[in-house]
Amino acid sequence: MTNQSMPAIKFERVSRYFGDVRAVDEADIEIRDGEFFSMLGPSGSGKTTCLRMIAGFDRPTSGHIYLYGQDVSNLPPYERDVNTVFQDYALFPHMSVADNIAYGLMVKNVAKAERIKRADEMLDLVQLSGFGARKPSQLSGGQRQRVALARALINHPKVLLLDEPLGALDLKLRQQMQIELKAIQKRVGITFIFVTHDQEEALTMSDRIALFNQGKIEQIGTPSEIYEHPISKFVANFVGTSNLVSGDVAKRITGTEITFSIRPEKIHLGSINDKAPSDSYTSDGTVRDVIYLGLYTRYHVELDGGGDLVVIEQNLKTTSMDVLKIKGQRARLHWNKEHISKMGA
Amino acid sequence: MLQRLSTYFYLRPKLVLWLLLGPPLAYMFVVYLGSLFNLLVNSFYYLEPFTGLIVREFTLSTYARIFEPANLEILSRTTIMATAVTLVDALIAFPLAYFIARYASPKLKTWLIIAVTIPLWSSYLVRVYAWKLILAKEGILSWFINLLGLNSVLDWLLSIEGIGGSSLALSPIGMFIVFAYIWLPYMILPIQTALERVPHSLVEASSDLGAKPLQTFQTVLLPLAFPGVVAGSIFTFSLTLGDFIIPLSLGNSKFFVGQAVYSYQGTAGDIPLAAAMTMGPVVIMVIYLLIARRLGAFDAL
Repeated sequence: MTNQSMPAIKFERVSRYFGDVRAVDEADIEIRDGEFFSMLGPSGSGKTTCLRMIAGFDRPTSGHIYLYGQDVSNLPPYERDVNTVFQDYALFPHMSVADNIAYGLMVKNVAKAERIKRADEMLDLVQLSGFGARKPSQLSGGQRQRVALARALINHPKVLLLDEPLGALDLKLRQQMQIELKAIQKRVGITFIFVTHDQEEALTMSDRIALFNQGKIEQIGTPSEIYEHPISKFVANFVGTSNLVSGDVAKRITGTEITFSIRPEKIHLGSINDKAPSDSYTSDGTVRDVIYLGLYTRYHVELDGGGDLVVIEQNLKTTSMDVLKIKGQRARLHWNKEHISKMGA
Repeated sequence: MLQRLSTYFYLRPKLVLWLLLGPPLAYMFVVYLGSLFNLLVNSFYYLEPFTGLIVREFTLSTYARIFEPANLEILSRTTIMATAVTLVDALIAFPLAYFIARYASPKLKTWLIIAVTIPLWSSYLVRVYAWKLILAKEGILSWFINLLGLNSVLDWLLSIEGIGGSSLALSPIGMFIVFAYIWLPYMILPIQTALERVPHSLVEASSDLGAKPLQTFQTVLLPLAFPGVVAGSIFTFSLTLGDFIIPLSLGNSKFFVGQAVYSYQGTAGDIPLAAAMTMGPVVIMVIYLLIARRLGAFDAL
């Protein structure tokens, strides 16, 4: 039915202003058919506005949005083949779980027997068989989340929108739902567009990520592209943590005055007598601070001649006693030249 | 000393609760329910027609008099009026309340709520008399209708048996207009409060799932705002049932319950019949609330 080469969603210079505020500023996005696509960014970066414009709750001030080639920029939500899982789930409190799930069928006048059958199938899909007669208020947060998902999937939308759906869940449940969501997406084969401000969540689940900042898209790419090769300071800082090196310090290390980022876990912290491999950058310094975090330890190293770097090393063989002794000692840092990301000033 | 007193109360939250609740509870039981009970008791006495004295003996004969055609007519006339006022107020109030709850900016909202409640600042009597002038034969409304060339429509309305009369002020139509106006704020505010509590995401979710605006209204908004509509209708319905000023000032000589009670206990001195007549609206309200509960009006509370 859907054309493989046709993008599921295409933004063409889409802007949305609220008064003087440019919530979304000339965004161009292409989301592929069947993709798990995340819109990542801090709050107020425009990601939710983009989602709301795809759903039809909001309309672009300028530009066009295409859903499988059809210009939907000015269609009301009920005429779009797109469904949404809301941040607060938005379950109808006066209806049973089954009626909530079958709502999309009811408003399309599908016969009752068919509605019940398909609602049951959806309940199976989200592992809530037998919960149909309950009211949403009788469910836990995770269960409501599943009901919201089932309700949004029952119409077989071309695109499913998820607006920070895991935000209200605790960490364990969130991790479980991340895996489950991904599995459900594989099963139903629908394009998922996932809005989140949690970079780890985006990295875990997405095929591709668009990183938003102040209404503009900073970078679109696969999780590894975004993580390994951030194209700007903002990306490097927002996704994971990064050391940003520029000016004199950069010149001392690389020989040229560039700005680059290096992930703390890519840096090797060795004793001052270590011989660094030939294809690596190196810098000596003094360990000023050691923060033991169980799984890994974070070291703050003051470089000789100014500047400092954060280094993370896993505690594979070391204990807290071992690492704390390193504080105040001299160290030689080195890392593979390929691991730096150069960026514009 | 003061600190020790504070500590004393802090350690005894139940005592504080009772100190706070005691007076209002006492008031409610003694004054409010007590007078209602008194009313109930009186309705089982009867007036001795020859002596004009109230006989304090249990009897159902006073209630039997309610079923006389004249009194039944008063009850049904009042109930029909109260129903019509309630329905029309709900129809007018809902869109207004929806606008206030959903679309008005916080500043505009404040002003609109003030606008809705401003009529309540002035005496109810003044407003009724103002309406009497507005609705009079030479009043501004007739003048305006004349200006629009709709005279014939007004004449036709006033010629209808049962609701017509010689002018708007002297017809049940006029009375209905004033009732609907006077009680409108009591309908708007509860509906607005109820709508305020419906998260907007529910409306979006409904629309997202393919419901057209009218379907969203029927299946999501109205059911969730229904407790507010019922709360408002309790006000408009019961206030209309019991009012005697508006029927006294406007309309024709046909009695409404409030008027009947007023004249029975006043000139006729027939307190038992007045009490029994008052029980009419109470029973009607109880039936009304039972129906409302059946319809699920209180499920979402």
